[in-house]
Amino acid sequence: MSERKELTCIECPRGCRLTVEVDGGRATVSGNACPKGAVWGAQEAVAPMRTLTTTVAVEGSARKRLPVRSDGTIPLARLLDAMEAIDPVVVRPPVRRGDVVASDLLGLGVDLVATDDLLGEDR
Amino acid sequence: MIRRLETDVVVLGAGPAGLAAACSAMEAGARVVVVEREERTGGILKQCIHDGFGLLRYGRQLSGPEYALRDADRFGSLGGRAMLEAFVTSASRLEAGGFELACVDRGGAFLLRSAALVLATGCRERTDRQVFVHGDRPAGVFTAGLAQYMINVQGLLPGRRAVILGSGDIGLIMARRMTLEGMEVIGAYEAKPEPSGLSRNLRQCLDDYGIPLALSSTVTAVHGGRRVEGVTTARVDGAMRPIPGTERDLSCDTLVLSVGLIPENELAKSLGVPLDPRTRGPRVDQNMHTLVDGVFACGNAVHVNDLADYVSESGERAGSSAAAYALAGPGSPSRVRRLSPLSAGPGCLYVVPQLLDLAALADVARADDVCLYFRSSSTMASGAVARLAAGDAPGAGGATLLERRYRALRPPEMERIKAPAGSLAVGPARPAEPGPGASLIVEPIEPEDR
Ligand SMILES: Cc1cc2nc3c(=O)[nH]c(=O)nc-3n(C[C@H](O)[C@H](O)[C@H](O)COP(=O)(O)OP(=O)(O)OC[C@H]3O[C@@H](n4cnc5c(N)ncnc54)[C@H](O)[C@@H]3O)c2cc1C
Repeated sequence: MSERKELTCIECPRGCRLTVEVDGGRATVSGNACPKGAVWGAQEAVAPMRTLTTTVAVEGSARKRLPVRSDGTIPLARLLDAMEAIDPVVVRPPVRRGDVVASDLLGLGVDLVATDDLLGEDR
Repeated sequence: MIRRLETDVVVLGAGPAGLAAACSAMEAGARVVVVEREERTGGILKQCIHDGFGLLRYGRQLSGPEYALRDADRFGSLGGRAMLEAFVTSASRLEAGGFELACVDRGGAFLLRSAALVLATGCRERTDRQVFVHGDRPAGVFTAGLAQYMINVQGLLPGRRAVILGSGDIGLIMARRMTLEGMEVIGAYEAKPEPSGLSRNLRQCLDDYGIPLALSSTVTAVHGGRRVEGVTTARVDGAMRPIPGTERDLSCDTLVLSVGLIPENELAKSLGVPLDPRTRGPRVDQNMHTLVDGVFACGNAVHVNDLADYVSESGERAGSSAAAYALAGPGSPSRVRRLSPLSAGPGCLYVVPQLLDLAALADVARADDVCLYFRSSSTMASGAVARLAAGDAPGAGGATLLERRYRALRPPEMERIKAPAGSLAVGPARPAEPGPGASLIVEPIEPEDR
């Protein structure tokens, strides 16, 4: 049984309209302007994955929040669970971009990393 | 005694546009002073914690803060330092040429003189006063950018149950952000028949979370005493008038406005820099030089860009041009411009630059590729052709200088054409002189002619 899905690619601002045919375990993507779209569309049709960007609480600085991201994609359906897991995380300076602030989110093998520097001198 | 500082180039604003301008001016050998009113550089990127920046410039998806850090690193490695928490209170042109800015920072007042000025002050958000929502003015009405600042920088939630007015990208981004933070987002209401944000944001910010978008619909009234208790929505007709009988009351405590951005140009106005009524930013030539000699502009101060990458690109150009202008000195022949209008023809919402400096185009030593940024005036879903025609008479007539085909064009998605200087140059290299100017015409391709 083959199934046809119409998707908007989110890999870049171009936002290509993709058509994905899923037949058994195989997905065929058309409408993509680049190879990234083919990979994304095939994944999206079977199990949508997203990068999570959010913030964590800061102590010991005039800044209140530090921006962070998941260092890889996680299932769309787990984003709210991940937010809950991140809620208690608190960081203190110094933190540098790329530093891991929480490891192995929800046991998915993906870390949460800082996307900004939080240095001692921030008032 | 009041402090006095003198430099070649002053850059106003340290967002991506200003930092790119400052770096490229320093790389061209100019002394640069950057003036920024906030306590950190990065501009609006500091609060844009989502990713999607830098794909064109760095080949990868960065978050706003990551993009801003790259600018700050480059600026720092060139020895640049911004004057932070510094405000410009007034700006004037000096009779002998150059500019004087009266500024204030934590150390008090100071005067800043320079040969060239780069305006990189970004844009501001339209508010409900500009879009006109009837009713009371209870607390709980926020622009999308303010809601973004509250959540991402201050760590405060604006409310519990939100309605979004408009479908601009920042509103869509905030619909997702508020949902992730545990707020309930009831829906987004857009008065136009088409969404104004990027397709990818409709997908990843609304569809991912099942947030409905109502098109041809608006918020007509806000209810509540001290705090918003609800809003009335209605469908609108083709002239954007609410259709009687379609009103619906929704209960919510927050209304987020995402109804557009306007270039910030108070200072440009005070310096007498002419603006383009279409973009609401200064009219510039291909070197981001405004009609006032020595005043350059870049980024969202010129026109609202949807990608930071293009903002940086315009900053690079503005900075290197401002440095060349400053270093050339008064009376230099390279300062003499020969400006020819570049107008938005049929099908084109606007085009930047609005002017071509033919003198710079004809000078082999300076002539560089010209970046044209434009938006179509309507959705052309089955394909479009953008044609740069000599002469500013709309329609046919002028010779075609340049042509580009697109799979589709939508007004929210800005396009950029990189035109080799030779394709626009006049003089011996090319007899087909644009003469009275050139215009950019955008025509849809009907499905059958593909
Ligand atoms: C609320 C908001 C959210 C946005 N979100 C996104 C997004 O998610 N993705 C995206 O691609 N684009 C977004 N944009 C567009 C964004 O503005 C551009 O991508 C880019 O940041 C613009 O860069 P800029 O340098 O032109 O302006 P900005 O980043 O706005 O920087 C302008 C700088 O000038 C300073 N300034 C202004 N006036 C003065 C003055 N008189 N004196 C001294 N300093 C001054 C400001 O403090 C600021 O630091 C957003 C815009 C806004 C307003």
